[in-house]
Order: sequence, then C-alpha cells, then structure tokens
Amino acid sequence: MSADWTPAERAAFEQRRRARNIALGIVLGALALLFFGITVVRMIK
Amino acid sequence: MNQTTAFPTTALSEWRDYFALLKPRVMTLVVFTALCAMLAAPGHIHPFLGAVSVLCIAVAAGAAGALNQWYEADIDALMKRTANRPLPAGRVAPGEALAFGVALGAGAVAIMGLVSNWTAAFWLAVSILFYVIVYTVWLKRRTPQNIVIGGAAGAFPVIVGWAAVTGDTSLLPWLLFAIIFLWTPPHFWALALFMEADYSKAGVPMLPVTHGLAATRKQILAYTALLVPVSIAPAVLGLTGWIFGGTVLLLGAIFMAMAVQVARSHATVAADMRVEKRLFKFSLLYLAIIFGALVADRLLLA
Repeated sequence: MSADWTPAERAAFEQRRRARNIALGIVLGALALLFFGITVVRMIK
Repeated sequence: MNQTTAFPTTALSEWRDYFALLKPRVMTLVVFTALCAMLAAPGHIHPFLGAVSVLCIAVAAGAAGALNQWYEADIDALMKRTANRPLPAGRVAPGEALAFGVALGAGAVAIMGLVSNWTAAFWLAVSILFYVIVYTVWLKRRTPQNIVIGGAAGAFPVIVGWAAVTGDTSLLPWLLFAIIFLWTPPHFWALALFMEADYSKAGVPMLPVTHGLAATRKQILAYTALLVPVSIAPAVLGLTGWIFGGTVLLLGAIFMAMAVQVARSHATVAADMRVEKRLFKFSLLYLAIIFGALVADRLLLA
C-alpha cells in the first residue's frame, strides 16, 4: 500500500504512528487507573 | 487509478487531530459551568468521583463536537475559520470521526451512570443527542434560530453537574439552564455580525445572513432583555445569596447597556464593529463571573 513512499514520507508516517500509539497507550493507562480509583472509592464508601 | 500512491488517511492523522475533533475550546465553557453547578449544588460527592463526573461531561461534550464535525465536514470546508479542521482537511476519515464520537459518547454516559447516578447519565445522553440530532442534523441548516436551539445543548451540562451531586434536578439548575440558553443568542449573534461574510459563503442560515444586520441587532437586544431578569431570578427567589444577586445586577446592567449600543450601531463591515466585538468578549466574561459568583455564594454564605 505504501510501496512508493519516499524515505522522508515513510519517516514522517512512522513518527506520526509512534506519537498516536503513545497517546493511545496513555489514554488506556489512564482509563485503567480511573477504574481502579473508582473501585477503591466505591469500596471505601 | 493507482491506489498505492495515495496515503491512507490514518497515515496522515496525528493524535492532535483526534484531540481537535473534541473542540477543546468549546469544552472549556461546558466544563466550567458544569463544575460550578456541582460546587453550588447542595449535597456531597466524593472529590474523585466528582472529578470523574466532570471528565465524563467534558468527554461527552467532546463526543458531541466530534459528531458535529463529522456531519458538518462539507460546510466546514467552505469557511476560512473551519477549513483546516481534521475532516475537511482530509487528515481524519469520516468513518473514524463517527466511530470516535459514538464510542466516546457512549463511554462517557456509561461511566457517568456508574460513578454518580443514572439521572445525571440520562441528562448527559440527552445533551449529546440534542446537540447532534436536534441542533446539528435537524435545525442548524434549516432555521436562522439555530443558535437559540444550540443554546439549549450548551446549557445541559449544568443540569448534568447538578444531578451528579444531588441525584435530581430542582428549580435552580433549570434557571441556570435558562441563563445559558438566553445568553447564547446575544453571544453568538454578536460574533455572527462580524463573521457574517464567512457564514454567508458557507450557506449557513445565520440570522445576519438571512434577516440582515439590523434584525440581528434587535434580536440581540431582545434576548439580552430576557437574559438579565432571568439571571437575577435565582437571587429574587431566594435560591442564592447577595454575592450572586449583586454580581448579576451589576453585570446585567452593563450587558444591557452594551446590547443597546449594538442595537443602535449601524456598522456594516467587520472592521467598524467595535461595539459588537466588545459585546462578544464581555458576554464570555459575564457568564464566567456570574457562575463564579454562584459558587462563591454557596461556599461563603451557605
């Protein structure tokens, strides 16, 4: 699909993909912490 | 056509594009008014659960923003102010924006229900559906009163915030709803007056485009004349104290004076519309300060 990208285009794409994956990782981690926090607060209450 | 030469849309999108879909600037106002309603509501919510509730309101507003941009990509492409948004610029595919909005909206409503109560979750769902279906899909392109209806969508977060704390909705949150509802037309029509050319180009039936500048000025004055007494109502009815009452009395008088200036103005080009721009900026300040006063009232006097 991306066979004829130039090296610069490929590098730019990979950089964008890496940033997206890091952002998604942060969101998923935050969601896990959120549910952990909700559970703890609910248990204390 | 050789498809291998085309970038797939996902190759172009950055995380910032998805963030932009959430309309973070609009979110600020929604979060602020909802937070104020939560702080002013009688009752108690655990600070962590309160923070999660605010997050749900923010995410729901973002989801509504994403769905709005998904539906409006065609007209966004025509306006200078919105042409570089992720969808018209081609950095995010329509299907992705739709899925993003639906997933965020459903997630925010579900978590709101689990964290606070289902009354708040119900009003949160209503706020998203109202903004997307009633405002964006149904009325925005059909009536010059679109802003009035859109105002209701922006006013729901106070109901949600209040319900998250108390589990129900009483007279005061509905009066706060009415304040935001009536504040929206003068706020956006002031903007529309000096952005008229842009809306005209996109074919959005904003009031200055369909009925002219003079009619818009009169409507701004009419809605301000309704806004000021409704803003004072919570204090008159004894639902708030003197901090809120005094603040709305003073700011309401200034708002009214500015609306009269706008109604008397005859400026036709954006560069000459100083009073209109001043009213637009003051209207933002008005809402921020009276909601701040509402919280101060509750925290200091209650």
